[in-house]
Amino acid sequence: MTQTLARPADFFDQQYGMNTTSLQRVLDRTLSPQIDYADLYFQYEVSDAVSLEEGEVKQGSKQINQGVGIRALAGEKTGYAFSDEITVPSLEAAARTAREIAQSASQSASVAVQGAQAPAHDLYAVQVAGTDIPVQRKLDLLQQIDAFCRAYDPRITKVQTSFSSVHKLVLVATSEGKVVGDVQPLLRLNVTCIAEANGNRQNGSAGGGGRVSFETFIKAEQYLDLAREAARRAVLNLDAVDAPAGTMDVVLGSGWPGILLHEAIGHGLEGDFNRKGTSAFSGRIGERIASEACTVVDDGTIPWRRGSLNVDDEGTPTSRTVLVENGILCAYLQDRLNARLMGMAPTGNGRRQSYAHMPMPRMTNTFMLNGESTPEEIIGSVASGLYAVSFGGGQVDITNGKFVFSANEAYLIEDGKVTRPVKGASLIGNGPDVLTRINMVGNDFALDTGVGTCGKNGQAVPVGVGMPTIRMNAVTVGGTQ
Amino acid sequence: MTIEPQVVQDLLQTARTRGATGGDALLVDSTSFEAQVRLGDVETVQNSHQKRLGLRLFFGQRSATTSTSDFSSASLRQLLDDTCALAQAMADDEHAGLPEPDEVATTVPDLGLCDDSLQQLPPAERIAMARDAERAALDYDSRITNSEGGSYDSSQGDVTYVNSHGFIGHYRASLASLSVASIASDAGGMQSSSWFTAGRRMESLQAPEALGREAARRTLRQLGARRVPTQKVPVVFDATVAAGLLNHLFSAVSGSAVYRAASFLTDGIGQKIAPETVTVYDDGTLPGAPGSKPFDGEGLPTRRTTVVEQGVLRTYLLDTYTGRKLGMRSTGNAARSAGDAPSVSPTNFFMVPGTATPEEIIASVPNGLYVTGLIGFGVNPVTGDYSRGASGLWIEGGELTYAVEEITIAGNLRQMLADIEMIGNDLDRRRRVMAPTLKIREMTIAGS
Repeated sequence: MTQTLARPADFFDQQYGMNTTSLQRVLDRTLSPQIDYADLYFQYEVSDAVSLEEGEVKQGSKQINQGVGIRALAGEKTGYAFSDEITVPSLEAAARTAREIAQSASQSASVAVQGAQAPAHDLYAVQVAGTDIPVQRKLDLLQQIDAFCRAYDPRITKVQTSFSSVHKLVLVATSEGKVVGDVQPLLRLNVTCIAEANGNRQNGSAGGGGRVSFETFIKAEQYLDLAREAARRAVLNLDAVDAPAGTMDVVLGSGWPGILLHEAIGHGLEGDFNRKGTSAFSGRIGERIASEACTVVDDGTIPWRRGSLNVDDEGTPTSRTVLVENGILCAYLQDRLNARLMGMAPTGNGRRQSYAHMPMPRMTNTFMLNGESTPEEIIGSVASGLYAVSFGGGQVDITNGKFVFSANEAYLIEDGKVTRPVKGASLIGNGPDVLTRINMVGNDFALDTGVGTCGKNGQAVPVGVGMPTIRMNAVTVGGTQ
Repeated sequence: MTIEPQVVQDLLQTARTRGATGGDALLVDSTSFEAQVRLGDVETVQNSHQKRLGLRLFFGQRSATTSTSDFSSASLRQLLDDTCALAQAMADDEHAGLPEPDEVATTVPDLGLCDDSLQQLPPAERIAMARDAERAALDYDSRITNSEGGSYDSSQGDVTYVNSHGFIGHYRASLASLSVASIASDAGGMQSSSWFTAGRRMESLQAPEALGREAARRTLRQLGARRVPTQKVPVVFDATVAAGLLNHLFSAVSGSAVYRAASFLTDGIGQKIAPETVTVYDDGTLPGAPGSKPFDGEGLPTRRTTVVEQGVLRTYLLDTYTGRKLGMRSTGNAARSAGDAPSVSPTNFFMVPGTATPEEIIASVPNGLYVTGLIGFGVNPVTGDYSRGASGLWIEGGELTYAVEEITIAGNLRQMLADIEMIGNDLDRRRRVMAPTLKIREMTIAGS
């Protein structure tokens, strides 16, 4: 399977005969005078997963996912066809379907397809695909984690671990003649522990990984931290009390709590919603939406990160986009279609789950930059409130801006000190309003462990978030007490 | 490139010569169509054709699952090699294996799951349905100022399942849906809401105009939404969001959560978990229903299973593996996608409706919340702790008054089930997990 490390252009040529001539032929068939733009997205993805339960190997799986998506754009219209068969005749059939959107005559255009380019960045060059690592090595890793968690505390009664590897080759060919490919590795570890004591049963979980090689992942020993976190959280929650309900001051820890930014403002700044005028942030560029302490960035160019890409799924180089600078809203996240229709430049945020999905504006790694306070100063400043350090998932209503996200590790703050752990706490708020409530920003910036998956219109893509410790005034905490 | 069931049987046979003791394969061939219209203009049209072969092999009690969409003989050879190697790298799992031969379906009933007229409907007429639905929403009221569009989606799938017990079964199924997402605005801001209709047959779809008007009505009533103070009150879930509660109940009775002790209903069989008015079935045999199928992902016949009978939990829902883990037999709830091993999934999972109309239920509440929208993932399946973002309408003196938003409702699922006070007569049949309007005696609202 070392073929999977080949350059994407060579791979799709050798495997499926997708050379410059065939690409040109299909693009010619897709394009017509009424079509502004067309592109082809080829994917060959190998993925595998192994999992362990109760110290035993539960199952192994391996999948090959290959296919092509053909897109034709005419004004605001998109025609899209996809197939898992990569042959010139099936592509030509799909091209006819895609271009029907413009109801154009049968005349074709002529595209001069160039030789394949290397992507703009080289953020995650791995030498051996994760899917080529022998399954036994992954099982050994899971066994080690399983033993670690069980030894952590006698109250840990169940441990589930899983490890997945993805090795994805993509090739984008556009009607502008550009051909660009990328090889996208992705590893991911999950650990879940269940702790029991006196009839009380609680869970704790942790996960992480990135676009790294298996060797790098093992050497960094992040897996031991994740195992410890999962076990610690399960045991911690045995002592947790029910979360409070009502409005209070909230401190968010560094790293993964950056999901606040993803939900509260990130989605609302995606170009599609703003072109349609359906976002709570529509038409608000240049306005103050946060305190001066807040600068928020989306950056797809951080090496080895889960949310990073060398090029987006339309072949545009990824970039660093400042969304909020010192509290002022600066930019939207764009794909090609929405950028063109809004008269803006693409930002390298056109992403899709697979060839079976149309690209749309999506986040990459979204985070807030450091401020000046220490975490201790921030916690010490709160008389009574909540300190949330880890979250499950979140969701937002783009149009009215309301978002919610749920803590899986949180504590009460009493008299400036972190006291009892609480369970079942959600935070709810309003995107355009919540950042104005941030009045302290820490100096302990961290990115998450490589765990995020973002869902939008039924498409899941890997993302990252990050943040220093922050304090927010008067946020609604949705517990029961 | 197509593939014949015979090729799949040959693949299982070849696996036997390589030492496999058994196996099964799933072949799924599907087409889909999707059209979206926004502000009267076609925005996207999407067509697809996909086919995938999933292969699961057992070497004694070691197993692996693989899949591919490349049906060339070289690729199938590679798939077989990979599956054999992967399975042999696994450790023994004493519960792994195919179902017992006598459990496998002997007939494949026609449940009316496929409507060929959906395939024959010209694309222009499908687009017209999306356009008419959106138009009805936009025309409903001048405060409907924008739209996320109207969509028509349809798909058709051919499913073939083969196992080394000699079972070979095949069925076809279709599905169509029509939806509208409209946006209302006034000086107070924007609200968005959507409504959909779905079914396996054309005649089960709601008319586009009625659908659009309902989307608009639901959007408009959220205008002017405000927060309410933190308090404990009765909460009425409309049928759409009540289906979410049934989803949580399904997760809790799913064998995969139970054997991992990851369900708040672990060790719950025989316990009274809800009032006597509550009966819940899983029934994969309902003709034309969204979750029906003639056999499950392991070739077992689907059936009607009483999950909760007059408030008492009677059984978990199981596939072969989770059944063996718990010392029980499969309930025919194995779902299968080509790439994955079987997993427990609902067929048509529903609470038997009661006699009260939604209006009567609302009228019974002096002061409380009528929930029509929920966001977030604040549900812990292990403990039952529940806290989600909610929107809806405030009930005062038994009547709906103003819209509310930016609040959470919280409780514990175990308590919420025990606190089901009224069950509506309005079962929402659009999805495979279905509920009527439900009234919960008391939950905590966190707000201003």
